[in-house]
Amino acid sequence: MLLFIGLPIVSVAVQSLFVEHPQVLKEVENCDPFRCTKVLQVDTAASAALNEQAPLGQFNSYHTYTNRSHLAFDEIREIWASTQSWKQRFQGVFNLPFYSALIFTLVYTAVVTPFVILLGLCIALGVNRLPKMAKGPTIFASLLPMIVTPLIGSLILFWMLDADGILGATLQLIFNDPSLSLKASAPLTWAMLIVYGIWHSAPFSFIVFYAGLQTVPIDTVEAAKLDGASRWQQVRYVVVPHMMPLLVFITLMQLMDNFRVLEPIVGFSASAKATSLSWIIYNDLSGDTKLFGSAGATSIITIIGVCILLSPILIRTWRDFNRKVA
Amino acid sequence: MLGNRTVKPPNLLTWFATSLIVVWILIAIGPFVWTVWGSFKVHGDFFSKADWRNALSGVMTTVETGDAFTSNGYVGAWIQEGFWRNALNTTIVVVATVVISLTIGTLGGYALARSGFRYAFWLLIAALVFRAMPHITLVSGYLLPFFEWNLWGKLSTTIVVLVAINQPFTLWMLHSFFLNIPKELDESALVDGCTRFEAFRHVVVPVMWPGVVTTGLFSFLLAYNDFAITSVLLSSENQTMVPRIASFLGTVREQGNIMFAVSAVVSAMVPLFFLVLFFQRQLVGGLTAGAVKG
Repeated sequence: MLLFIGLPIVSVAVQSLFVEHPQVLKEVENCDPFRCTKVLQVDTAASAALNEQAPLGQFNSYHTYTNRSHLAFDEIREIWASTQSWKQRFQGVFNLPFYSALIFTLVYTAVVTPFVILLGLCIALGVNRLPKMAKGPTIFASLLPMIVTPLIGSLILFWMLDADGILGATLQLIFNDPSLSLKASAPLTWAMLIVYGIWHSAPFSFIVFYAGLQTVPIDTVEAAKLDGASRWQQVRYVVVPHMMPLLVFITLMQLMDNFRVLEPIVGFSASAKATSLSWIIYNDLSGDTKLFGSAGATSIITIIGVCILLSPILIRTWRDFNRKVA
Repeated sequence: MLGNRTVKPPNLLTWFATSLIVVWILIAIGPFVWTVWGSFKVHGDFFSKADWRNALSGVMTTVETGDAFTSNGYVGAWIQEGFWRNALNTTIVVVATVVISLTIGTLGGYALARSGFRYAFWLLIAALVFRAMPHITLVSGYLLPFFEWNLWGKLSTTIVVLVAINQPFTLWMLHSFFLNIPKELDESALVDGCTRFEAFRHVVVPVMWPGVVTTGLFSFLLAYNDFAITSVLLSSENQTMVPRIASFLGTVREQGNIMFAVSAVVSAMVPLFFLVLFFQRQLVGGLTAGAVKG
């Protein structure tokens, strides 16, 4: 276990300090019948030999972290110095690939998580009122969006939302704008991804809340009823406090899952309008030239991000555990 | 008037709740139904700009193929594009991952549960860490060594990585499951003269299946649904279904055969559909077990 968690992280950290070798160039004389020209060519053999010798590439210390495609300190300083208003500054920062990905990841996480929790709770409360016969099929239908492979689910929605697909065409009809395309505008692409995220994750919180509802103590609800609590008050003051631990659990899971959003961006082909941290790493690693250094640096930053995100909950778990032992 | 009031009017809240559920079911299952239906049509119907009802009746499909349903998309995807090979790869990867992680999981989980030392917290933390790390960050660590050792692109490498990522979770799940099997059960077997292993084999194995099935389901889902690991670690001839579908998108769109991709997506969905159908109870149980204990 240590081997498989520890080593990759060490390996990522080491990789992030290196950068690819520059191509070895050599001057070649091209002669045609009229004259000779000197051109610079990539010496493939020498480049390959260099890669063979030191597969990690050159040592680059922390420079990969600070270059333009990562933390971009120089560019930020420049933006700060050259612009006055906050709006311009924001736009400048947003154009840097790392920050635009970070902003999308955070927005996605921050919007999807509360919606998923709220929608899941509503569905759970609704399903709880259904007659017993209808519960099984409803749960079956609700499970599907979560169980189906994220890439497949996002593709299915994407084809429906395509300008020629059923939902896309309907939207064009509603807004009376035949050129309306969800793919073409950045805010609509974000909205599309977020809607997908909610659709995909709501079943999870529904299932957990639904199981929690089965354990709500009936006596307490009866007592609240006798005391004249309305149905809303019963939910607010009896059911929700009872489900607080579940709420923490769902929030934790959702934060982790939403922070690493990758498949919907690939499925929706949305990378031009919205990228996430995971997508940047994926992009560095796929393709012909694999940018290990760059991917490593982004990975380390992402891991730090996850740690920051989870630290409150981890500290709490640690305390609870110690209390149990003591 | 007075008599009317004593008859309880249909509760507004009930109406609201029921309609909410109906809308949710439509949202949840509608896209799947639509895509499955549409996969038997031609491109002109599935992406019908003129009238969405064309997709229901299959106007263009009838014009092009002479019948309202066509399996052209499936033939194209499975035979022409060789999707069967990817399906086979998926089967190998998934079966191997599930079998290996369950074997290690049951033996390890049983040992941990009976050893008495409090591993539970560390197991939970390890499972959490693996759950929290974006898988792609771990992959970027594996990738360069795998290139160097010439392990990249092989199915077996992917299986090992998937098992490793899955293991803390299976260990934790089975560990807490074995804790629920009373210790007296195998102790009485030990008293009767069984060895440790015989006790495990004859006493614990017969009662452990519910937990193993639940854990196996989640291992299956992890291996089957994975995109980040398989797409980066596998060479193109060894790809499993999910990364293959992703690479379909680029090539197929140029050739105007988007229906191949639609059919491939539907084909990859079918096993999951049956999985939910048959194992709904275990899935729900597993999802909630984590919540109640955590």
